[in-house]
Amino acid sequence: MPIAAYPFLLSLRYAGLATLIAILIAIPLACLLARSRSPGSDLLDAAANLPLVLPPAVTVYYLLATLPRWPLEFNWHAAVAVSAIYTLPLLFRMARAGFEAADSGFENAARSLGAGEWRTFWRVTLPLTWRALLAAILFAFVRAFADFGATAIIAARAGTGWLLLPVGALALAALYAGNRVRRGQELA
Amino acid sequence: MIQVRLAARAVDVEFQAAPGITTLFGPAGAGKTFILDAIAGFAKPDGGRIILEDEILFDGASRVNLPPRRRHCGYVARNWALFPHMSLYDNLLFPLPGLARLERRRRVKEMLGRFGLEEAAPRRPHAVSAAQRLRATVARALIGEPRLLLVDEPAAGLDIAMRAEWHTVLRMVRDETSLPVLLAARDLDTCFELAGNMLLLDAGRILQSGPPRKIVDHPATAEAACLLGIRNLFPAEIVALDPGRNTSRLRLAGFDASFELTGQYLPGRLRGDRVWLCVEPGRLHAAPQDGARPSMNQVSVRLERAFQTPVAVRLEFAGGIVAEISRPEFETHKDSGDNKEWLVEFPPDALRVLGCP
Repeated sequence: MPIAAYPFLLSLRYAGLATLIAILIAIPLACLLARSRSPGSDLLDAAANLPLVLPPAVTVYYLLATLPRWPLEFNWHAAVAVSAIYTLPLLFRMARAGFEAADSGFENAARSLGAGEWRTFWRVTLPLTWRALLAAILFAFVRAFADFGATAIIAARAGTGWLLLPVGALALAALYAGNRVRRGQELA
Repeated sequence: MIQVRLAARAVDVEFQAAPGITTLFGPAGAGKTFILDAIAGFAKPDGGRIILEDEILFDGASRVNLPPRRRHCGYVARNWALFPHMSLYDNLLFPLPGLARLERRRRVKEMLGRFGLEEAAPRRPHAVSAAQRLRATVARALIGEPRLLLVDEPAAGLDIAMRAEWHTVLRMVRDETSLPVLLAARDLDTCFELAGNMLLLDAGRILQSGPPRKIVDHPATAEAACLLGIRNLFPAEIVALDPGRNTSRLRLAGFDASFELTGQYLPGRLRGDRVWLCVEPGRLHAAPQDGARPSMNQVSVRLERAFQTPVAVRLEFAGGIVAEISRPEFETHKDSGDNKEWLVEFPPDALRVLGCP
């Protein structure tokens, strides 16, 4: 495998899995909260948005600092888990906006026609919101794929075996810059 | 038969509806849509009870609250709510998942034929006419054989042709089924044309109920008269009652103290009672004063505006008096124009007295 392809494929896998985890949590939660008016929904909404308050690198730092017995070591799983945590609020916010934009009158019509919640979701809600959800998923994936802050921390702790694309690109840029400086010194 | 008793933050109503169309009529915010939603199961009231054909759909005391899918209430939403990603055929197929394939097809075909939708069936809602969308929505609500039909009439977007179509479809439902239909109506024409019974709603309360003609002819209160769009409502005081001559005299607030109206005797009222006086605009007689002195039940007022309606000319006078006269009659008085004094006569048999102000 060429040396440049390895970080790219690793990042794809890493971002893909992180997005999948975020989808499994964020989309059901967004669907639930978009239609819920219970007092606890505001609390859940705030909790889901919490990682947005801090930059990803800081979120990772505090996660590691406050959870000394973090069950995942600095490996591939840790990278995915951390990436999923800071991807989740973005996906949640966009998915919730998508669900809220869809007219709930269609869902009510389905219920009055005898459909249960599950059938209403698959036959009515999802077909009406899939474009918004797809956009949210793509955005979350790109964010996980291209993020630098959290990736750099994980890569720094995990060693070169877990060289992800943004860190690899930085390392390459640093190497290139170092070579130019060295060549300049030789010429001088 | 449906029996409804609902209590919520802004709604407190109790009524029954038999087979046929019952309209809920009232201004925006009166609680019409909430009542329909509570019956359908989309909104949860704080208390009360809803019984449909001896089955309890909701009971606040015993915490019974059936989900919408188990209530068997057809619902026609204000925006039709035909699923935009399905053809009309699939929309009609949606309520029949548990039936055998052949039976489902038979019923859909039958309903498409009944509502004249055979040609439009393969197309999606955005690709068919508004009238076809309307018929498809009602057909979809009926195909599952509901025990009650709830209809939230659109607030806007019904032009004259669509309104006629709307009335035709609802009349067909009324005549061909034995369903109770609850219709949130936004105009009186719909109530008159379709409904056997009408509930007049305001701020979540039922002000009056009964046949539409009876309500319009005999509004129980001035509040009800205002909601029905009845003009010429004046606060008045009874200054004399004469049962022997079968007459009464009323003084209108806001007019000259010497202006008193003579009307029919008012049984059950006392001298000094404050009431609302109501006169239909078409029952008033109006003509330019031209120097004449006001006689009995006539008042001299300034004409402020005159404008044409599809059937007559409406004259608006100072003091809030509104009269309607025929167009040919107005043509004969055209020279009098605006801002001239007119004599307006209140015929004694046209005076209606409503509850206390």
